[in-house]
Amino acid sequence: MNKPIRRVSIFCMLLVLALMVRANWLQGVKAHALATDTNNKRVLYDRYAHPRGNIFLANGKPMTKSEFVNGLRFKYKQSWTDGEMYAPVTGYSSQTVGNTQIESLEDDFLSGNDDRLFFRNTLDMLTGKPKQGGNVITTIDQKAQKAAYDALKGKKGAAVAIDPTTGAILAMVSTPSYDPSKFAGQDTSAYTKYLSDPNGPMINRALKETYPPGSTFKIVTAAAMFENGAPYNNPNDRTQTPQVYMLPNTHTPLTNESKYEPCANATVLVAMEYSCNTVFAKIGHEVGKDKLAAQAEKLGFNNAKVDTPVRAAESVFPRDSDIPGTALDAIGQHNTRVTPLQMAMVASAVANNGSLMQPYMVDKEQTPDLTTISQTKPKEMSRAFSPETAQKLQTLMQGVVESSHGTGYAARIPGVTVGGKTGTAQHGENNKELPYAWFISYAKTGDTPKVAVAVVVESNEGDDRAGIAGGKLAAPVAKAIMEAVTGK
Amino acid sequence: MSSYGSSNSSNNTTITPQGAPNRRNTELFLLIFAVMVPVFAYANVGLAMDGSLPAGMLGYGCGMGGLALVAHLVMRRFAPYADPLMLPLATLLNGLGLVMIWRLDKAGPLIPKNYPAASNQLMWSGLGVALFLGVLVLLKDHRILQRYTYISMAVALVLLAAPAFFPSRPEDFGAKIWIHLGGFSIQPGEFAKIILTVFFSGYLMVKRDALALASRRFMGLYLPRGRDLGPIIVIWILSILILVFETDLGSSLLFFGLFVVMLYVATERTSWIIFGLLMSAVGAVVVASFEPHVKIRVNAWLDPMAAFGPHPPAGATEQIGQSLFAFGSGGVMGTGLGQGRSWLILFATKSDFILGSFGEELGLAGLMAIFLIYGLLVQRGLRTAVAARDPFGKLLAVGLSSAFAIQVFVVAGGVTGLIPLTGMTMPFMAQGGSSVVANWALVAVLLKISDTARRPAPEPAPSPDAEATQIVRA
Repeated sequence: MNKPIRRVSIFCMLLVLALMVRANWLQGVKAHALATDTNNKRVLYDRYAHPRGNIFLANGKPMTKSEFVNGLRFKYKQSWTDGEMYAPVTGYSSQTVGNTQIESLEDDFLSGNDDRLFFRNTLDMLTGKPKQGGNVITTIDQKAQKAAYDALKGKKGAAVAIDPTTGAILAMVSTPSYDPSKFAGQDTSAYTKYLSDPNGPMINRALKETYPPGSTFKIVTAAAMFENGAPYNNPNDRTQTPQVYMLPNTHTPLTNESKYEPCANATVLVAMEYSCNTVFAKIGHEVGKDKLAAQAEKLGFNNAKVDTPVRAAESVFPRDSDIPGTALDAIGQHNTRVTPLQMAMVASAVANNGSLMQPYMVDKEQTPDLTTISQTKPKEMSRAFSPETAQKLQTLMQGVVESSHGTGYAARIPGVTVGGKTGTAQHGENNKELPYAWFISYAKTGDTPKVAVAVVVESNEGDDRAGIAGGKLAAPVAKAIMEAVTGK
Repeated sequence: MSSYGSSNSSNNTTITPQGAPNRRNTELFLLIFAVMVPVFAYANVGLAMDGSLPAGMLGYGCGMGGLALVAHLVMRRFAPYADPLMLPLATLLNGLGLVMIWRLDKAGPLIPKNYPAASNQLMWSGLGVALFLGVLVLLKDHRILQRYTYISMAVALVLLAAPAFFPSRPEDFGAKIWIHLGGFSIQPGEFAKIILTVFFSGYLMVKRDALALASRRFMGLYLPRGRDLGPIIVIWILSILILVFETDLGSSLLFFGLFVVMLYVATERTSWIIFGLLMSAVGAVVVASFEPHVKIRVNAWLDPMAAFGPHPPAGATEQIGQSLFAFGSGGVMGTGLGQGRSWLILFATKSDFILGSFGEELGLAGLMAIFLIYGLLVQRGLRTAVAARDPFGKLLAVGLSSAFAIQVFVVAGGVTGLIPLTGMTMPFMAQGGSSVVANWALVAVLLKISDTARRPAPEPAPSPDAEATQIVRA
C-alpha cells in the first residue's frame, strides 16, 4: 500500500502548493490592485490612521491641521483654520464624502503613502517613530487671500490673483464658501446643508465656474487686433465706428451704456476707457473669428486641461459662432465663457509682456521634517502675444484706471502702476438676469509686474441694475488684493 | 530534524533499528518554540494595540506551556516512539489561532456581535488536549478501533444527519452544519470526519482484495463489480444528501474526497480515482445548478467583487471580496499583528475567515509559513501511514491525514478565492470548540499509530551464548 500512499502524499503537497501559488498571486501580484481598490475601505481608514500632512501658505503657516480624535475606525480628522477662506484652495478631506482639490490630488503625499516617502517611512518604522504624512506648501499669499476674502465677504463671487512673472497663484477666493472642518468627520449634515444651499457655497467659482466675461474680453479682442496689425495698430488710432452699430448681417442695433459716451469714431484708447461695445464689436467682426479664437487659445481658452494642479473648467471662445455671433463673442457676450482664473491669466500675460506663465498653486512637497521632495519650477505656458502688443495693451488698461473718465478709477493705488478693465456681463434669457460685475487688473511697481487679478461678483437682487458695473462692485475687491500684494 | 529525516529515508523498513532514539527530546525542544512563538505573538498584539504587554500574558504563556508540557510528559509515558513533529506543530497552530482570536476580540464593536471568544477557545483547546491525552492513555493500540467498524458507521451517519433535524440560526448563513444546544453549538461533522475514517479503514481493510481483484476490464479501466460498488454509491448519495439538506458543500467534498483517497490506497487501482472524480463532478454540477445556496456561492467565487457593484446579485455578500482585500492589503510583509483591518470581513472573521486576518497581518511571508506548517503536519501523518505495519493503521493514518489536508485546502482555497467558499473551519486555528477538540483527537490517533509503527521490534530473547560472547568481549 505504500506506493498509493506516496502518491496521496504528492497529491496533498500539490494541494498545499496550489494554496501557496494562490497566496503569492493575491499578496504579491495582485496585492497593490487589491489594496488600493476603491471598495477597499482600508484606503479611507489609512488616510486618517496617522497624522495627515498639512497644506501650508507660502509664508509657512498651515491652512489645515490634523486633529487626533481617536475614533474607532478613524484616528485622526482633518480640520481647517479659516476654512471658508481656504477651502477654494485646499478642497476638503472628509472621512465620509471623500476628498477634492489639493486634498485629493496630493492625497498619497499627505497621507504618507507616496513612494517618494517610502525611504523615510521605512527609516521611521525602524527608529520607532510614528508614521506621518508629508506637507504641501502652496503659493498662496496670506495677506492677499485675506484681503480678497474680506472684500468679497457677503457677496457672491470669486477672485484669483496671480504673480505674472511666475504664474504662482497668490490668492483664490470663492464666496459664499464652506468650512470643510464641519464635515471632515462622520457627521455629514453640514455637507448636505451646503449642497442644498441655493447660493452654492460648495462651488469653487474661481476655478470651476464659467461666466460670460463681458467687456473684460475686449482686452483679448484688442490683443488679436494688435497682433494682426489691423484694422488699427495703435491705441491712439481713430476708429471708424458709428454711434449705433448694426450687428453684421442683421438689423439688430448694438448700443453703448449711454448715448453720451464718446464712442463714435473714438480712438482705441478712448473706446477702452469708456468700454465702447460698438467699437470692439466692430473690431471683433473685422479681425474675424479665427484670429480671435487663435489669440484666445494662446491665452488658455478652449483648453480642457488647465491644471493648477487642480483642473480648471474649460474657458471657451466659440469657433462655431455665426458672423453677428462672433461680433458679440468679441465683447465677451453671446457664447464666450470664462473662469476667473482664465481672466487673471489674460491680465497676467499683459503685465508680463506677453509671456503667459503656467498658473500653479503647489510650490513644494516636503517631508514632515521639512526636506523638500519636489518644487514646482515656473514655466511659460505660451507666448500669448509680442511685447509690443503687450505694451499697447498696458497703455489701454492703464488708461482705464488712470484716465479721468476711465471706468476703472476705483482701482487706483497711489505709487503703483495699475492697469485694469471693467466688465458688466449680461446673461440670462434676453439678458434679464442681473449682470455679473467683472474687474481684471494688474499692478506694477516700477517696471516689475507684481500681481494680476480677476474678480467677478454675481450681483444680488438688492443691487440696483444701474449700479452693477465692474468698476463699482468688483474693482474695490481687486484693489484690496493688489494693495495687499504690493504693500501699498 | 534533518538527521532524523535522513535516518529514516535511508531506511524504509517498518522495523526501526534497535536502540534508535525515541525523539522525545527533539519534541520538547520544538515545543519550546511552539509555545514561545505564540507568546511573543501575543505580546506583539498587546504592544501594537495598547502599547503595553497584555495583562494576561503570564496566564496565557503558563496555560499554553502547561498544556504542552503535560501533553509532552504523557507522550513520554504512553507514546514514547511517536512522531516528534506533530505535537509541536499542532501546538503552534493552536497557539497562533488563540492569539488571533484574542486580537479580533480586541477589535470590539468594529465586528458586529463581537464577543470575547479567546478565553472560551482556550478552554476548548484545554478540552482538546484532554481528549488528546485520553486517546493516548486509553487507546492501548489503534487496532482496537477496528472492532468498532460498523458501530462507527452508524455513529457517523447519525452525526452527519443530525444537523438537518435541528433548526439553523440566521447567522449560519444557510449552512446547516451545527447542532445548537442551549448556549453552545456543536459541529458534528468535525467528529464524523474521524469516525467515518475509522469505518472506512475497517471496511476497506476487509474488502480491499475483493475490490481490487474482482473487477472487469472495460476500455482499459478496471471497473468494480456491482455489489462492490454498493458502498461507494451509498457514500456518494450520502454526500449529495449532505449537500442538499445541509447545504454544506465543504463537508460533502471532504467526505467524498476522503473516501476516494482511501479506496485508492486500499485497492491500488487508479481507476477508482477517475471513477470518484467523475462522480463528484457530476454531483457537484447537478447540485450547483439547482440548489440556490450553492449556486450563490459559486457565483460569488466567479465574481467576488459583484457584491460591491451598484446592482449586487441576489444573496451576494461582500465576504469574499473583503477577504481578498485583506490578503491584498497584507502584501508580502503584512501590516504586523494587531495593525491590520481584517475586521472589515465582518462575518465569521474569527472562524472561517481567520486566515484572512493572518494574511493581512503576517503577510505573504506568514501565510506561506502557515501553509508549510499544515503541509508538514499532513506529511508527518502520511509518513506515519508509510511506516505503519498493519493495513488498518495505514488506511487510518492515510484517511486522517488526507481528510486534514482536504479540509485545509477547502477552507484556505475558499477564503483566498481559489475555489468556491464553503462553511468549514481552519483546523486548530479557527474559533470553534468542536473543531479544535476533534482535531486534537485526530492528531492523538495519528501519534498512537506512529508510536506503534516506530516502536522497536522486541529484542530476541537473549541466548546464553550471546551473553557469554559479550562477557568475553568485555
